Amino acid sequence: MDLILDYFELLLTLILLAVGFFAGRYVEKRHYISIRQREKQFRKILTFSARYPPNMVEPQDSRLVCGTVVISSDYFKQFVAGLRNFIGGRFRSYESLFDRARREAILRMKMDAHKNGFALIINVKFVTTSIGGGTTGQQGMPCFEVCAYGTALRPEKTRFPDKLNPI
Amino acid sequence: MSSMLVSNIEVVPGKRVKSHLGLVQGSTVRAKHAGKDLLAGLKNIVGGELKAYTELMQEAREEATERMIEQARSIGANGVLNVRYATTAVTVGAAEILAYGTAVILE
Repeated sequence: MDLILDYFELLLTLILLAVGFFAGRYVEKRHYISIRQREKQFRKILTFSARYPPNMVEPQDSRLVCGTVVISSDYFKQFVAGLRNFIGGRFRSYESLFDRARREAILRMKMDAHKNGFALIINVKFVTTSIGGGTTGQQGMPCFEVCAYGTALRPEKTRFPDKLNPI
Repeated sequence: MSSMLVSNIEVVPGKRVKSHLGLVQGSTVRAKHAGKDLLAGLKNIVGGELKAYTELMQEAREEATERMIEQARSIGANGVLNVRYATTAVTVGAAEILAYGTAVILE
């Protein structure tokens, strides 16, 4: 019994690591499946980072659209990143986190545009903010917000109608 | 409300900018509340999206935009062009969201 109490903290960390590893992987896998499926679904909404619409469309109507997501790392990833800090190099565990957040934000922005009947988005910009470090004591827990926004257009006159069908 | 045109490009398709009224902005500082924070702390073990925070940031962004539009309306504009968003973490658990753009009168 004393032995368990002595090693309680270590045990707790190990349990959290295991939970973080398995649950985190599961969540990430499920998220990627959902992202891929929705990316296919909204493929027809074109996004551009250019400031002016492509010259094949004559846009008629416009509106600001926005997609936001707050994503956090899991316990295992944070642990691995902590080790990684010693050696330097790529934080592979965090790269996928940013990838997921950016793609999710883009998808939400596209959904916003789709809901209002728009077919393309131009001048897409990203804003990223770190809101990590909770007030409950988990300091330095990486948690950040990604927002994607742009101007959605409704091309009513299309010069190549077969190439750009609004969904 | 419906007459205000908000966009992050410099031109409005099919409309002409009649007059330029300068920069307008709207900002809000929001903090997460302890209950949500506790739940988010648990979610931090598993990872993934923190829905409560997403909602919070979304609301804050809408409010900042609304305030910017309010300012634009007060100076007689009917459109805000070239809108940008900026966010800053003020302290632990609080963030400022700023929306700014150019107020214009469109024909």
